[in-house]
Amino acid sequence: MSNESKALAAKSKSLDAKQVGNVLLNNALIIIMLLVAAYVAITQPSFLSPRSLVNLLSLTAAYLPVALGIGGCIVLTGTDLSAGRAVGITACVSASLLQASDAANKMWPNIGTLPIPVVILISVGLGALIGAFNGFFVAKFKLHPFIVTLATQLILYTTLLLYVQQGNNKGMAISSLAPNYRNFVVGNPPLLNFGKIQIPNYVIYALLLTALMWFIWNKTTFGKNMFALGANEEAARVSGVNVLKTTIMVFALAGAMYGWAGFVESARIASNTANTGVNYELDAIAACVIGGVSFVGGIGKISGIVIGVLMLRLIFVALPLVGMDQNLQYLIKGGIILFACALDMRKYLVKK
Amino acid sequence: MEQPALLEMRGISKEFPGVKALDNVNLTVRAGTVHALMGENGAGKSTLMKCLFGIYNKDGGTITLDGQEINFKSSKEALENGVAMVHQELNQALTRTVKDNLWLGRYPKVGGFVVSERIMDQKTREIFDTLEVNVNPKAIMSTLPVSQRQMVEIAKAVSYDAKIVVFDEPTSSLTEAEVEHLFRIINMLKAKGCGIIYISHKMEEILRISDDVTIMRDGQWVATRPASELTMEEIIKLMVGRELTNRFPEKTNEPGDVILDVQHMSGKYTRLKEATFQLRKGEVLGIAGLDGSGRTEVLENLFGVMTRGGGTITLHGREIQNRTPQESIKNGFALLTEERRATGIFGIRDIRENTVISNLKNYLMGGICLNDKKMKEDTDWAIQAMHIKTPSQKTQIRSLSGGNQQKVIIGRWLLTKPEVLLLDEPTRGIDVGAKYEIYQLINDLAKEGKGVIMVSSEMPELLGVCDRILVMSGGQVAGEVDAKNTSQEEILTLAAKYV
Repeated sequence: MSNESKALAAKSKSLDAKQVGNVLLNNALIIIMLLVAAYVAITQPSFLSPRSLVNLLSLTAAYLPVALGIGGCIVLTGTDLSAGRAVGITACVSASLLQASDAANKMWPNIGTLPIPVVILISVGLGALIGAFNGFFVAKFKLHPFIVTLATQLILYTTLLLYVQQGNNKGMAISSLAPNYRNFVVGNPPLLNFGKIQIPNYVIYALLLTALMWFIWNKTTFGKNMFALGANEEAARVSGVNVLKTTIMVFALAGAMYGWAGFVESARIASNTANTGVNYELDAIAACVIGGVSFVGGIGKISGIVIGVLMLRLIFVALPLVGMDQNLQYLIKGGIILFACALDMRKYLVKK
Repeated sequence: MEQPALLEMRGISKEFPGVKALDNVNLTVRAGTVHALMGENGAGKSTLMKCLFGIYNKDGGTITLDGQEINFKSSKEALENGVAMVHQELNQALTRTVKDNLWLGRYPKVGGFVVSERIMDQKTREIFDTLEVNVNPKAIMSTLPVSQRQMVEIAKAVSYDAKIVVFDEPTSSLTEAEVEHLFRIINMLKAKGCGIIYISHKMEEILRISDDVTIMRDGQWVATRPASELTMEEIIKLMVGRELTNRFPEKTNEPGDVILDVQHMSGKYTRLKEATFQLRKGEVLGIAGLDGSGRTEVLENLFGVMTRGGGTITLHGREIQNRTPQESIKNGFALLTEERRATGIFGIRDIRENTVISNLKNYLMGGICLNDKKMKEDTDWAIQAMHIKTPSQKTQIRSLSGGNQQKVIIGRWLLTKPEVLLLDEPTRGIDVGAKYEIYQLINDLAKEGKGVIMVSSEMPELLGVCDRILVMSGGQVAGEVDAKNTSQEEILTLAAKYV
C-alpha cells in the first residue's frame, strides 16, 4: 500500500516537473527577454532611470494601437501587411489638415486648421475604410489576407506618394503642425506631471484604447463571433454567424486602429513623409506572436498583445545601452519572430 | 391517429458539376414523429438535409414548413425559422468554451451588442439540466472527449426550440449509455410535437426509435414506409437495390503461413496500447471498433505515420522498424488512408501523377530524369487492372468519382509491389457498384498472396470481406473473431469492452 502511494506520489511529482517544464518552455521567450532586461539593468543602472522608463512606456504606447488592430486579423488566421502604409497615409492626412495656419508651404492654405475631433474622425474613418476594403476582398473572394493586404500596401503607397505632391506641399515633409495638435498628443496631462518625469497624453489614450479593445474582444457579440470564426469558420457559418460581415468588421476595426495610430504618429514625429509608418506591421505582428496571439486561429488575448509590444520595445531600448550594434536589430527581430512562432506551434501540434 | 405533416419536401433536385446528387426526392415529416432517412454513403441524405438547412441551394422542388413555403438561403435563416441540425462532422470552435459554442450565432445581448455572461450561464444550466447533460460549460471544447462534444452539439440543436430537428449520424461516436441518453432526448422532443429527421446507418437504432422510414439510393427517393412494417433485410434490400446475397464477391483467397507478427505495439502519443496480432499470407484481416477505438492507430503505427512507443514488428521472421512511411514502403507495406480527399489524392494533379507518386525512383533514367514512357505504361496498367473509368491519364483526379479515385490510389500502391496492404475505410463515400469492385479487388489481392489489413466502420462489410476480424476497444485489442462464425452482436459487445 505504502509502496503504491509512494509510486503514485513519485508519478505526480514527475508530472508536476513536466508541467513546470512546459510552463517554462511556453514562456521561454518572455523569460529570456526579462533576463536580458535584468542584465542590462544591472550593468547599466541608467536603464531603470525614470526618464528611460517613461521612454519605454511612451514607445510601447505608440506602437500598441497597430498591434491591437492586427491582433484581430491574426485571430482570423490572417495577417495585415498594409498596416504600416495605412498608418503612413492617415498620418500624412492628419498632418496636412492640422498644419499651423502660418506654416510656410502649407499644404492646404485655404482650410486653416481644422478642429481636432474632425481630423480624428477623418483619420480613423479613412483607416477603417482601408480595413473594410481588405476585409471585403478577404471575405467575398476567399482570398488569403496575405495577398489582399500585400496588394493594398502597394496601392496605398502610390496613393500616399501622390498625396504628398498635392497642394503646396510638392512632396516635402509635412511639418509645422498646429501647436494645439502637438499638445493634444505629446503634451503632458497635468495630473501626470511629476517635475522632470513627464508622461505624454498618448500613453493615456493607449490605455483607454486597450480597455476599449479588451471590451470589444471579450464582451461583445462581435468579439465572440471573431474568435469563433478564427477557430472554425464552418462552425460559425452553420451556427448562423454572418461570416462576411464579421470578417469585414475585424479588418475595419484594425484599420480604425491604424487611423488612430496615424493621427498620433503624425504629431509624435512632427515631420511626415511618404515613409512614415513603413514596416510598422512587422513590429506589430512580432508583438502579437510574442504575446501568444496564434496563427492557428481563434486564440489571443489583449493582455498578451500589450506584453508583446512592451517586451519588444524593452529589448530595443535596453540593448543599445550595452553597446549593441544597431545593425543587429533586424537579426534579433527575425530571431524573435521565428522563435516565438515555433514555441507557439509547439503548443498546438498534436503529436501522433 | 395520423399526425399532420409538419415538413414537406417535394421533388427536390440538386446537381453538382457532373453529378446528379438529388433527383426529384420527396420527404414528409409529421409532427411528433421520428422520420428515419436511410441510404448508402453517397445516396444523397446529407445533401438533402443541406438543401433544407440552406447550406446548398436546391435546383428544383418545393419545401413547405407548417403550411408555408420556405427556401432558406443560409443556416441563420433556417435556425431562425425553426429548423435545427446536428451535423455529421463535429463543427465546433475548439479553442472556445462549451457555452461560447452553445450560444454561437445568438449570444444573449444587453444593450444591443454586449454579451451577457450571466444570462448565458443561466440558460446553459437550464438546457443542460433539462437534458441531463453533464458537461462543464466553462471547459474549453478541445479538452473534452469526442462523445461529450457530440452531446454538446445535440444540446445546442435542441436549445433552438426548433420545430424540425435533424440528426445526421449522431451516434457514431457515442457509447451505448450515451445513445440511450440521446433517445430519451429524442422522445422528449417527440412529446413536444417536434418533427425529427434521423439519419443513421445503424438498423437497430432506426427500427427502435423511428415512426417512418424513407430510403434513398443514388440521389433518388426509393420508398417511404412505416417503420413497424419494415425488417432489417427489407431496408437493406431497398438501400442496395438488390438482394443482400450478392453484396460481396465470393471469397476465393486461401490464408497461408503467418508473414507478419506484431507484438505489444503501443503508440507513443496515441491511445493505442499493447496491440498483438498476426497476419497470414493471402489473408484479409479486418479491424472493427467504434470511432476513436484505435483502429486507425493500428495501421498508422504499423506504417510509421504515428510514433510507436513500444512493441515489435516481425515480417518473415525478421524484425523491422517502420519508423517512417519511406522505411515502411521499402519493407513492402502500403497504406490507403482514411480521409481520401485530405490525405489520399492530390486533387488538382492528373491521374498519371497520382498513380506513380509513391514509386518515382523506379522511373529514373540515370538517376535524374523521369521516364515518361514508363510512367505512362504503368498508369495504363493501373487503369486497366483496377477498371478505372477516366477519360484520360491527364484528367485531374478530383473530377473522378470517389470509387475511381480510390482505385487510382490502390493502383498507386500496387506499383510499389507491397506484401502487406493496410486499407483504412477503403469504401468510404463510394457508391454501391464501386464498392463491389473494391471488394473484388481486395479478394483478388489476397488470392495473389498479399496480406491485407482492413479497417471499416461498416460491420456487414467486414463480415463479408474478411477472414478474421480484430475488434478494438478503448485503444486495446478486445478480441479476435472468425468472420464466418461471428455475429454483429458479438463484435459490438467486444467493441464496448474497454469503453
